[in-house]
This record gives sequence, structure tokens and C-alpha cells, in this order.
Amino acid sequence: MRAAIEFFGDFFYLLLDTLRAIGPALSSGRGRLLAWRNLWIQMNRIGVESIPIVSLVMFCIGAILAIQIAPEFAKFGMVPVTADVVALATFREMGPLVSAVVMTGFGGAAIAAEIGTMVVGEEIEAMEAMAIDPVRFLVVPRVVAGMLMMVCLTVVGDLAAMFGGLVASVLLLHLGSLQYTQHALAILKVGDFITGLAKAAVFGVLITAIACFLGLKVRGGAEGVGLNTSKTVVFTIVALILVDLIFTSVFFYLGV
Amino acid sequence: MPEPLIQLQGISKYFGDRMIYHDLHLDIFPGETLVILGGSGSGKSTLLRVLMGHLKIDAGHVLIRGRSLNDMDRRELDSWRKSVGVLFQTGALFNSMTLRENLALPVREHTDLDDQTIDLMAQIYLQLVGLREHIDKLPAELSGGMKKRGGLARALMMQPRILFYDEPTAGLDPISTAQIGELIMNLKNKMGATSVLVTHDMQSAFQLADRLALLFDGKFAAIGSVEYFRTTADPLVRQFVDGRLDGPFINPSDQCSYKAELLGRKLHEVPHGKKTT
Repeated sequence: MRAAIEFFGDFFYLLLDTLRAIGPALSSGRGRLLAWRNLWIQMNRIGVESIPIVSLVMFCIGAILAIQIAPEFAKFGMVPVTADVVALATFREMGPLVSAVVMTGFGGAAIAAEIGTMVVGEEIEAMEAMAIDPVRFLVVPRVVAGMLMMVCLTVVGDLAAMFGGLVASVLLLHLGSLQYTQHALAILKVGDFITGLAKAAVFGVLITAIACFLGLKVRGGAEGVGLNTSKTVVFTIVALILVDLIFTSVFFYLGV
Repeated sequence: MPEPLIQLQGISKYFGDRMIYHDLHLDIFPGETLVILGGSGSGKSTLLRVLMGHLKIDAGHVLIRGRSLNDMDRRELDSWRKSVGVLFQTGALFNSMTLRENLALPVREHTDLDDQTIDLMAQIYLQLVGLREHIDKLPAELSGGMKKRGGLARALMMQPRILFYDEPTAGLDPISTAQIGELIMNLKNKMGATSVLVTHDMQSAFQLADRLALLFDGKFAAIGSVEYFRTTADPLVRQFVDGRLDGPFINPSDQCSYKAELLGRKLHEVPHGKKTT
């Protein structure tokens, strides 16, 4: 129990430390240029490189959703409503969640392994010895990049899923593409889009912060790196689902 | 006698039940080269981490120019760290950066110098350690000794007046060892740098030290000049310096009864001083 409290305490302390360091990292002093460069590199690594895989996965998810749902609606002669369900499920739920899971495997694990290896190689200690704050230098660029790129990835994922649903509807359900698009656009409200993106931003912070935290906590050589990398994936996915549940409940309560 | 630059006052440190230091005292004076000796696992390298403020101590004080590390805020601690160059055991170069970027990083972070000047400095310091032709290589492309020399060049980039070396010559060939030794001597003679060297290479220790301190069982068993360490009859010092097998200096792994463990008995069941054959 004490270990769990310590774990969460340490994690929230890192989050606070990151928040405190964001301003100085990106705006002040000579290290600014380096920080922006770092941020750019991380955005590329965490986000841009995940685009193909997120697109592929979300395309399939959209198609699966359409194929699974259509037979039920067909019983009532309402096949076009499939587009409504695909759109709502994607924008409110599947888009941010599935993109986040992909990013966990792609970016989160890589971050934990990278920072863990730096711990093992005395690099973090060397950084502190040079009065360079590892939170400002390593954690901030990753967390900010995670937040921004998760939002972008979710937009890409949403569109890919809608396209997947469209392809499945046209090929298998004999729904017209115009009909599908019209239904989807009619049901979607700006709120659906915004809530999905708000979730995505929080997911991005969660994925990268947990990865950095567990990376910095690596002890005991290569084995420790492996252990904390797999812990990162498991903990992050559990955390994503829990936070998603909280979000969905709050949005439900607020009627958003 | 000048005022000590660094004072260790009654330092105790435990890792769980394991005692690392107990009531440790030491003064380090400006301009001197102090060599800390001790067996493997005696806490020599840990002492450098304590001096840098990386590791909290359980009791006592580390005073830097009279100010306790415990009382320092972030800014003060950073300014202390900036004034010290540290050479880590493995060099601790950043693996994702080339040597050039590694050397430039601390200067870029802490000064307003332009990139051209920083690059020039990097080349000068790499030339000093004989690595200039490898400036654009990643650490993974360098040998262990080269990484160490690269780490030393990086430690020098901020032109520190205080240098901590953690096993600077371990694992190096004789020529590199001599090269690093000469570099350390030059830094001391030309810049008046204060150096704390952790090593168990007695040849380098005698060559470089003004004073030596032997860490044993959580305390300094002996602190003295090179002359003292060469001539004293203290059995502990003699055993360590001469590399004898028999004497009071016990390898930690020898402290538990090897036979008792092999026979599957608990240690306290073994009668004290009685052979268990």
C-alpha cells in the first residue's frame, strides 16, 4: 500500500515538475533554441512516425464497426444509420482511445526504453552534474510533443476510421458514399469532435508522462529497462481506460 | 592553512541495512589533488555522488565553502554543479549525440557564447584528449577508453576549477593512462584546479596525489601524504598499497562464512572462530 502511495506521489510530483518546467524550457534563456529543436524531434518521433500505423488501424476499426453494426440496422431497414453510429463511436471514443493505444506501443515504450537506458548509462546523472534539469531537458519536450501529436493523430485516426467505414459501406453494404457522408455529417456536432480531442490531449500527456516516469525509475541494468518498458505499456493502457471512463462519465453528466 | 573548500562532517549513509559511511570526516583544500582509495564496493564513487548533491545523506553535513549542501536551494546547487567538472566511470556521454554535440551541450545551456565559439572550444578540448578526428562520431562508435577521454573533454568545457574523477584510468591502455595522468597534472599546475580522484590504481594515485585517503568500513582509515602512504607501517595501508592477500583489509565477500553457506547453515549457527570442517 505504501509503495502504491509513493508511486502515485512520485508520479504526480513529476507531473507538477513538468508543468513548472514547461515555461522556462520553451521561453527563457539560451537553452530555448535547443528546447524547440528537441520538441520538434520528439513530435516527429512520437507523432509523425505513428501516422501510417494509426491510419491503418483506424481504417480497419471504421470498417469493422460498419460491418458489425449494419446487419442489426438492416433488420429495421435502416442501413444508412450505420454511418451515424460509426461517426459517433469514432469521434467520441474509438478515435482518441485507439490512437492512444497505438501511440503507447509506438512512442511510450520507446520513450521508457530510451530514458531507462540513459539512467543505466549514467547519462541522467551526468546531466544533473552539468546542472541541466532532466525534467526540463527530457520530460518537457516529450510530454508537450505527446500532447500536441496525440491531438493531431486523433484527427488523422478519426478521418481514417470514417474512410474505412465508408469503404466497407460502399463495398459490402451497398450504401452510397454520398448517403454515408451526409448521414455522418448530419449526426456529428462540434461537441463530439472537441470532446474527442480534449480526451486525446490528456491521453497524450498520460502516455508520455508515464513513459518518462517509469524510464527515470529504471534500476538494475538492461533487465530493469525491459521490465519498466513493459510496465509502461501495461500501466498506460490501464490508465487510459480509467481516465476515459472518468471523461465519458463527466461528459455524460454535463450532457456534452 | 587555507580554509577548506569542501568539508565532510560526520557523514553517515545507509542503503537499507547496509552501512556505507558512518561518521565520515574529511577536509578538501583548494588547489590540492586528493585521491580517495578503497576496495571495490567501499563507497568511493558514492562519495562523489554525495559531494555533487545527487545522493541524500542520512546524517552529517557536506559543506561547500562553509555552506551546507542540505541548505542549498536549486539555484545554489546548480551553481555548485556548474563549477565542478565530473568525469564519470564510463564517460557518461549522451549516446544520442555526437562528440561535438556532447561537448557543446553544457556550454550552450549555460552561456551566451555563439555556436562558432562553442564549436571551436569543442575542437580544442577534443584535441587535448586526442579525439579531434572523431568529433562527429556517436559514442557507440568509440572504444571504452575513448568514451572516457570524451567524457573528460566534456567535463572541461565549462572550464571548472574543481574536478571530480571517478576511476579516470581504469580500463585504459598504459599510454592513455599516462595521457590522462598528464592532463590531470596540467590542469592542476596551470589552472590550479582542485581535484578529487577516486581510484584503486596505485601508480596513478602516487603520481597525481597531494594527499591520499583510504576508505575502509565506512570511515577514512588513513589520510596522509604520498610519503606517508609509501612509508607507514599501518597494516591496513600496507596491505592495500602493496596489494597483499593477507591482512586486516577484508574483501566484503569474505566476511560471511563461505563454508557455512556451502553446508547450508545459517551464519549465526557457525561457532565463532571454530573451523567447521
